[in-house]
Amino acid sequence: MHIKDTLPALYKIRRPLKAEDVRARLAAKQGKEYWRSLEELAASEEFEEFLHREFPRQAGEWDDEPSRRTFLKVMGASLALAGLAGCSYQPPETIVPYVRQPEELVPGKPLFFATAMPHTKGATGLLVRSNEGRPTHAEGNDLHPGSLGAADVFSIASILTLYDPDRSETVQYRGEIRPYTSFLADVRTTLDALKAKQGAGLRILTETVTSPSVAALLKQITTALPQARWHSYEPAGAHAATQGAALAFGQPVHTIYRFDRADRVLSLDADFLAAGPGELRYARDFIDRRRVIEGKSEMNRLYVVETTPTNTGAKADHRFAVRPSELEQFTRALAVAVGAQNTPALVGSAPHPDAIAAIAKDLQGARGKSIVIPGDYAPPTVHALAHAMNAALGNTGQTVVYTDPLAFYPNNQPVDQIADLRALVGDIDAGAVEMLLIVGGNPAYNAPVDLAFRDKLKKLFDQKKLTAHLGLHFDETSEWCQWHVPEAHFLEAWGDARAYDGTVSIIQPLIAPLYRGRSALEFLSALTDTPEKSGYDIVRDFWRTQPQMSGDFERAWRRAVHDGLIAGTALPEKTVALSASASSQAASAPAAAVGSGQFEIVFRPDPSVYDGRYANNGWLQELPKPLTKLCWDNAAHISPATARKLFNVDNQEDIATYKGIEYMAPVVTLSYRGQTIKAPVFILPGQPDDVVTVHLGYGRTRVGRVGAGTAQQPVGFDAYQLRFADAPWTATGAQVAATADSYQLVGTQLHFNMEGRDIVRSETLEEYRRGRDDAQSEHVVGSDARTGDEGVGRAGPGVGKEVHKEPGVNETLYYNYDYVGYKWGMAIDTTACVGCNACVIACQSENNIPVVGKEQVARRREMHWLRIDAYFKGLAENPEGVYFMPVPCMHCENAPCEPVCPVNATVHDAEGTNNMVYNRCVGTRYCSNNCPYKVRRFNFLRYQDFETESLKLMRNPEVSVRSRGVMEKCTYCIQRIQAAKIESEKEAGRQVRDGEIQTACQSACPTNAIVFGNLNDRNSMVARWQHEPRAYGVLTELNTRPRTQYLSELRNPNPEIRGA
Amino acid sequence: MSTIDHPHDDVGIHVTPYPVIEPGHTFGSVTDKISALTLQRRTPLWWFIAFGISFALTNVLMFSIGYLVLTGIGVWGNNIPVGWAFDIINFVWWIGIGHAGTLISAILLLLRQNWRTSINRFAEAMTLFAVACAGIFPLFHTGRPWLAIYWLFPYPNTMNIWPNFRSPLMWDVFAVSTYATVSALFWFVGLIPDFATLRDRAQSRPFKIVYGMLSLGWRGSAKHWARYEALYLLLAGLATPLVLSVHTIVSFDFAVGVLPGWHATIFPPYFVAGAIYAGFAMVLTLTIPLRKLFHLEDFITMRHLRNSAKVMLATGLIVAYGYMMEAFTAWYSGSEYEGFMMKNRIWGGPYWWAYMLLILCNVLIPQILWAKRMRHNTLVLFAVSLVVGVGMWLERFVIIVTSLHRDFLPSAWAMYRPTIIDFTTFFGTIGLFLTLLLLFIRFLPVISIFEMRTILPQAEVKEEEA
Repeated sequence: MHIKDTLPALYKIRRPLKAEDVRARLAAKQGKEYWRSLEELAASEEFEEFLHREFPRQAGEWDDEPSRRTFLKVMGASLALAGLAGCSYQPPETIVPYVRQPEELVPGKPLFFATAMPHTKGATGLLVRSNEGRPTHAEGNDLHPGSLGAADVFSIASILTLYDPDRSETVQYRGEIRPYTSFLADVRTTLDALKAKQGAGLRILTETVTSPSVAALLKQITTALPQARWHSYEPAGAHAATQGAALAFGQPVHTIYRFDRADRVLSLDADFLAAGPGELRYARDFIDRRRVIEGKSEMNRLYVVETTPTNTGAKADHRFAVRPSELEQFTRALAVAVGAQNTPALVGSAPHPDAIAAIAKDLQGARGKSIVIPGDYAPPTVHALAHAMNAALGNTGQTVVYTDPLAFYPNNQPVDQIADLRALVGDIDAGAVEMLLIVGGNPAYNAPVDLAFRDKLKKLFDQKKLTAHLGLHFDETSEWCQWHVPEAHFLEAWGDARAYDGTVSIIQPLIAPLYRGRSALEFLSALTDTPEKSGYDIVRDFWRTQPQMSGDFERAWRRAVHDGLIAGTALPEKTVALSASASSQAASAPAAAVGSGQFEIVFRPDPSVYDGRYANNGWLQELPKPLTKLCWDNAAHISPATARKLFNVDNQEDIATYKGIEYMAPVVTLSYRGQTIKAPVFILPGQPDDVVTVHLGYGRTRVGRVGAGTAQQPVGFDAYQLRFADAPWTATGAQVAATADSYQLVGTQLHFNMEGRDIVRSETLEEYRRGRDDAQSEHVVGSDARTGDEGVGRAGPGVGKEVHKEPGVNETLYYNYDYVGYKWGMAIDTTACVGCNACVIACQSENNIPVVGKEQVARRREMHWLRIDAYFKGLAENPEGVYFMPVPCMHCENAPCEPVCPVNATVHDAEGTNNMVYNRCVGTRYCSNNCPYKVRRFNFLRYQDFETESLKLMRNPEVSVRSRGVMEKCTYCIQRIQAAKIESEKEAGRQVRDGEIQTACQSACPTNAIVFGNLNDRNSMVARWQHEPRAYGVLTELNTRPRTQYLSELRNPNPEIRGA
Repeated sequence: MSTIDHPHDDVGIHVTPYPVIEPGHTFGSVTDKISALTLQRRTPLWWFIAFGISFALTNVLMFSIGYLVLTGIGVWGNNIPVGWAFDIINFVWWIGIGHAGTLISAILLLLRQNWRTSINRFAEAMTLFAVACAGIFPLFHTGRPWLAIYWLFPYPNTMNIWPNFRSPLMWDVFAVSTYATVSALFWFVGLIPDFATLRDRAQSRPFKIVYGMLSLGWRGSAKHWARYEALYLLLAGLATPLVLSVHTIVSFDFAVGVLPGWHATIFPPYFVAGAIYAGFAMVLTLTIPLRKLFHLEDFITMRHLRNSAKVMLATGLIVAYGYMMEAFTAWYSGSEYEGFMMKNRIWGGPYWWAYMLLILCNVLIPQILWAKRMRHNTLVLFAVSLVVGVGMWLERFVIIVTSLHRDFLPSAWAMYRPTIIDFTTFFGTIGLFLTLLLLFIRFLPVISIFEMRTILPQAEVKEEEA
């Protein structure tokens, strides 16, 4: 009998609450939303009555089990309606706040905690802001050597991963929810059986381990069970660097570069400015050596020899595009030229022969002050040759320092991770694996295709062997493991991790695990005698025994947790000598020959989603890739000439078609050793011919709503399908064929040509020095124009360039507003910008900027307040350079947006910022039309997710969350300005000190390219920068008087190299 | 009589070979014929068909707006940088069309062009309905129309928050609402004597009551007429500057902006001329079928069509001059942005076809009106007027979309594509316009009865004799 039949007639008239309605409503909701729906449900009139009846008549006669359960759930919920969302608070253990905040939590006052984002290439030290116990924003830790206050896109975006509503929430056994204790019991039972065999059959598969305590735990496990084996596999690991070091020195080393001492840098396919290890530090050191400011007029010089254009290549003074197969030849030729030890004679010719001599000469001219840096994905021989060159150039011990390896390995001996995985696969085939714990990572997705790791997992799954996967998401690997254990995010769990130089940070959690996830430490301790030992105790017990924390442990611990690093843990320098065998091995490696009509496919981790692990992070998916500005997809990057050849067209632009305004890229098939994938083509100027670059990390099938595509709407393609164990970075001899298909690619910038306009000013160091000397004689008046001298136009510093004249401040009928007190302004050094996107993500995190999705980006409605424009200079075939320009709101003093708003929703304040009053905005979009810089963003639809509970926790409470119909834009982080002003006013009304306010973009920037401050303070950094001869405003001829000014881009080409 | 003998009488009906009313009509026959359209004639089948289609389109408009308000501006194709597109194109287009009515009613009245008499009622109604359609867009193009509907007005409030009087959109609010008010008043005042005629002639009681209320107690006494004449003239005087001001202010929406392609001093006159151009085109588009369907050739004669064609030709040339001066200024200014804009607009950019079509529709095709034979061919006139209507829409498309889509920083350049909702909204307003118009021609006298009587030769003679 159904409930509706039991209700009195009156109820029927008044639309009774039907049990199936309740059930249907409940079924449609999940998790936290479920409770919200109950609230709504309980608040309804029908439900009130239903509730007061205590027991519906004939409740006992309900015979179907689910409806009774649902009913009881409803009853229970009605009694406990007090908001159940946000049950997570700070973890119970003592965590130590950083000094920037009051000692106790004051509501409304954020606290900052030092922690670190673990990454296989080295952790990034972070300061994470906590608002009432919720981590909301990540910034770099000034004290941390791998950060120096900066952060990378992955660290900043990790906040979104923490609150990702698609994260795995429960322990699962073959798809069913189980308690963690069941997992422990299962492990215990199997382990007891294995113990008799000294652990034979127990396998642990980790990613690259850089955590000392995890390594110690693994060591403890493998010591107790000597037959157990620990494997590690990292899809984007620096395998070649390890092999190269072995070739050169006969022993494993880790190389640390000291860019702060280098005048000449040669990168051999190394994207050291934007991709790790140590990229934040390297970018800072490199740019500091390049910054021509305040009278300094020396610059370092960067040569980049690379295949795929990268951020580093974009900043190069000379960039040489080579095919992967040519890189080694080029390196050899150069090694011969600089007289490196043990270099075999060159066979054949090298690409760019003219340049080699000049580069060699230039490098030799800076003995001990140059760096030859090989890329992690370059072949081992290139690494060996680079080591030899650095030795020959006297750099070893000066600018290039060797240490023991960064990562931990079984028996402290670096292993070839791919061989290691192959061994594991072999053992699975041989039936030698009884129990496999996969600690993080996603090998079913990202293992080399010929190892067929997913099939092996399936095999174990079918054999009901105990396999378990610890992961943030229920992913491709979890799918074929018996057990899936939700992983605690690094902001939820204790741990430790090494930075690029070995410095260890204690990772302290800021919030208790949202879904009772386990850290790797806790997961692994299931194999020990203390399976439920907390991560906190494991980390502390480990460090208690370490020399760096000897003495007063509590004190040292507090210090370490507070500072975000353990002093004295950096890896010590090591003296290594080139081994004699290096030459013969290097000589024996032949350059791979490429047949005609064949292509080389280059694999690279994606700049946004890396190896695929960040695929479900909407911020990163929507982050425009540095050079192509593509988002939401990867693509097959080819050169213009290759495009013409492949598609048989005269103009490479003709290969794309437009469906309306949708850019439809042609699709090619990429075939290699019998594997074929389809990929949309994107033409990338600067790419060598006959080389296809594909980025890894896309084409996920199981991860969450954001990252996992469907057949109709894929999120990129899976390049791992072409990646073989013996060719992890370059597939030589691949086939590429055009198809008739097309695929929509979206990007935030479609036009990369400056059209000869005066936007990014660039000049060579030589021109700059000359120009500055010239200017000094005539520039005296000009430099005073900003301070209000009558009718004097301010001429820009660009030499040999037609510069538009900016109207003088007094060429107006209106009175000039006198900014007394503060006058906020910003200066951005385009020379320093490496285009790494950290500022874009930091802005998104700080300012609650929504993600709009691929379809809306295609319609050009992305919401980023700050964008980094990229302009290519020169011909598409061989671009002379790429210029980055971060574009926030200019906060024009004469803002064109202001007079046109009919409701006064965008107004100037007394400190000169151009403010948006969201509440007043009615959304005419006139302001955006009239903004010459097009920095305004409009909520065309309701882009914010107001429903998802977990995302509510993520938002910065200091910044309004905008709904649809409202215009928004960069505010110069006005919430930070106000916070600093309040602080200063509390202290006897002092002025805000220079540097006290750091905008989100500024604080994230690894190269300090952005400064912000008070222009009325002549000594402030921003005022000094804006008075640099390199300073200029964009579109000042419109008399906008932008408060954001740029410093021109300087390049330092080698006069001996022509035409580059 | 020849025109040479009495040049000042050129406008008089009895001297020209093209009369404004065909001979043979008496006061009675005029009244009978026009009032019969409303009162006696059976509603023709075509009316029902046309009304059905128009009303269906009106409903499409309602659904489109409902969907828009519930979902957001994102249902249209607008983006950043093209923040305005169909919404403002349609607004300016409709406002432009709305210009002919006031021009015909007020300016031609003051200039004593009495050939206007038989088309003024109709043109005024058209104005009113066009302004109603135009008014939809400024409101619903906002992201939050539920606030825009009153925040744009300077209403006194305790927060002391006022609109921004510097914003051209604010001026638009005043200009358009004033224009709508004056046009409605002018139209209604002009209708009063005719309402009385209909009241007196109506057979059914409900009609008597409705028309009776609308006629405000008009008895046709000499005092009534004296007051009426004074008021009508006054309103005409009031409406005259509005013809110039409304479109001038609408053009400020663009001219005040800094955007290349918008920031031009030629905009006000060029927009006003364009508005009259479009307005007369619409008058012709509607009059030509109407006089045929209602057999009004006697009242709306070739002379009306010819004069409208001449106005179109003249204003079309002013508009062509405007296009020329835009290009010239772009070159003469020496500004690289202006120069690029013009190049991009004409042949370099992706929307070159819009500019080419615009020149074809607005400049080239209307030149055939120089030929007398063409001016006297109603089919040709009808076709040209449609072409001009399309051309004027394209003009706004060119000004708005092609200027916005590529402005100062190439990194922000993008393409614009309308969505299906853009089209349903636009065609929906055409449906609304036609619906209102069809109701008007069914229930109100499409031609001013009493004014027609005054242009009969009999009226003229008596006046002279008196």
